[in-house]
Amino acid sequence: MTALTDRRASARRRSHIAGREGVAGWLFTAPMIVILGLFLVVPVGMALWVSFSDWTGRGSPFSGTVGFVGTDNYSELLNGGGLAERDFGISLRNNGWYVLLVVPLQTALSLFLAVLVNRAVLRGRGFFRTAFYFPSVTSSVAITVLWLFLFGATGAVNKVLSYLGVNGPNWFQDPSGIVHNFFGLFGVTQGPGFLTDNTALGVSLWDWLSGPSVAMSAFVLMAVFTTSGTFMLLFIAALQNLSGETQEAAMMDGANGWQRFFRVTLPQLKPTLFTVLTLGVIGTWQVFDQIYTGTQGGPGKTTVTPAYLSYTSAFNNQQWGQGSAIAFILFVIIVVLTLLQRFILRDKAVSKRRLRAYSLDTKGTGR
Amino acid sequence: MTATTPTARSLALAVTAEEVLKAPSSATPSGPGRRAGAARPGAALVAKSLLYALLVAIAVVYIFPFLINLATSFKTDAEAASSPLSLLPQTITTAAYERLFLNSDFPVWFKNSFVVTIFVTAGRVFFDSLAGYALARLRYRGRNVVFAALIAIMAVPNVVLLIPKFLVINQLGMYDSYSGMIIPLLADAAGIFIMKNFFESIPASVEEQAKIDGAGVFRTFWSIVLPMARPALITIIILSFQGSWNELSHFIISTQSPDLTTLTKGMASLASGQLSQGSQYPLKLAAAAIMTVPVAVVFFIFQRRILNASDGAVKE
Repeated sequence: MTALTDRRASARRRSHIAGREGVAGWLFTAPMIVILGLFLVVPVGMALWVSFSDWTGRGSPFSGTVGFVGTDNYSELLNGGGLAERDFGISLRNNGWYVLLVVPLQTALSLFLAVLVNRAVLRGRGFFRTAFYFPSVTSSVAITVLWLFLFGATGAVNKVLSYLGVNGPNWFQDPSGIVHNFFGLFGVTQGPGFLTDNTALGVSLWDWLSGPSVAMSAFVLMAVFTTSGTFMLLFIAALQNLSGETQEAAMMDGANGWQRFFRVTLPQLKPTLFTVLTLGVIGTWQVFDQIYTGTQGGPGKTTVTPAYLSYTSAFNNQQWGQGSAIAFILFVIIVVLTLLQRFILRDKAVSKRRLRAYSLDTKGTGR
Repeated sequence: MTATTPTARSLALAVTAEEVLKAPSSATPSGPGRRAGAARPGAALVAKSLLYALLVAIAVVYIFPFLINLATSFKTDAEAASSPLSLLPQTITTAAYERLFLNSDFPVWFKNSFVVTIFVTAGRVFFDSLAGYALARLRYRGRNVVFAALIAIMAVPNVVLLIPKFLVINQLGMYDSYSGMIIPLLADAAGIFIMKNFFESIPASVEEQAKIDGAGVFRTFWSIVLPMARPALITIIILSFQGSWNELSHFIISTQSPDLTTLTKGMASLASGQLSQGSQYPLKLAAAAIMTVPVAVVFFIFQRRILNASDGAVKE
């Protein structure tokens, strides 16, 4: 740049600067546009095409021999009546239960830990925070290997359970659903006819209600173990931004600890709660690493997830169209659930009855 | 793709980074609580002891698995199976580590993970801050469109991209090469987002002065703005290091050669028993332990930043 020695009119210089910024702006963002465009945007377009094609993985998906098959891949999965539909149904069942258990557990636990650790009077806070956050930095592969050992038939967890007089299951080899097992305690081993006879996505309603398998439950515990630290940090940051005045006002009004937490603190944490729940749902629908490393979908397909099924359909069975279709259905599920959550947790208008109470009140003080 | 998505982690760090930048936030008020405690010292002491007991119990649950991991890696196969809980091996053996380093592909995996992590971290620090600066400060036509596209990209879940990314890498002839492993990871939307937010938070007056003095845009960025961005850069370093060291799915779809196997991929094949007979838990757990060391080191170096020590004493 020769600008340093340049002595031009300041107005001209300013326009020169603006022009330079324009070029620089594009130059600065060019690497990111190329990388993200080439490896995120273009791929999505390509995969969308593949999900409507009969490509088998040989040659280019755009070559003349690859045919357009419309929505065949999607309908095969959603109402094909075959193995593909059944496998997809099973994977949704498995992952659905996983989400249903992991999201509330990790949210509640991380909030609980954040509240405990955030005490001003607490000594050794740094230590506790480190302890709770550390599992979050380790690789999912390493944790899965550790989990396979801990939850083995004669592993540490069953050893601890045996001290308590409980005969632990062979965790990662046990395909039985925990809800079914619970009913089994009362001698109910067969569902009522309307549940066993009717199916959705090739899986009987009774099997949809089986709950996660014992093997999947071990993964549920692992997810809670590894994610609670990260979300705890989000809650701690939010807690520290709350003003102490509201708390003191509530104390003056005679609210006890529980009331202060549920009526004062929790409502103020709503934006963070929303973030944690949203990230939780997005994350838990993408289970892949643990399954690839640990169980490969077994035992009895009870740890197959849509993400893993998408991978195996494409890379192992050469069903590229079907694999891509699963990925896009998963994408839609995640987007829909996120929007739904947003709708449910939106700021609701104050109900009329409450509003009347408020307006009476202000009138009262006005007089 | 653990249940914690990379985005979740970056968000946590971004939030805490902001915290550190602010003046130390006032600790939660304990005034009235203390007064109440002073009135009933006995009850307060019991409550406090209960709190500590609870915290210690939870901390044990969080730490114990890692201690078992370490202890088991020094046990014999037989002892690992017979006493899975004990933290002190009866006969300490380093057989697992010897086998890993002398009789397996483990050193190759380690090298590959290391190379990829270094390049990806360096690339992300540079490209993320370049793009973040442009989006925050440089006025140019199309900036809003680029930013909107970036937000849209952040919303696409990672697993949806497994097949698509393979398709592109394959088409570009980058399959089974370092370039295919590294280049797609060189920029990440979340990191750019963090940098953009940071650059917006620092006053523009300094750069304006430099511009008036006639320094070029890149020069202003490189020698004036970037040094001020140290806290945000550290966040990017932590995230990129952890992210690329722990990455699995991208390497599954971008390589097949044993020479390019990374630690995560090698460990996954070891865990699923493709390479060995029997359980061999000391061996697997030794590998898991070594694999955790680099991220643990980075974690402990930057621990105060990550954990946002709100004790008020943090000065960057």
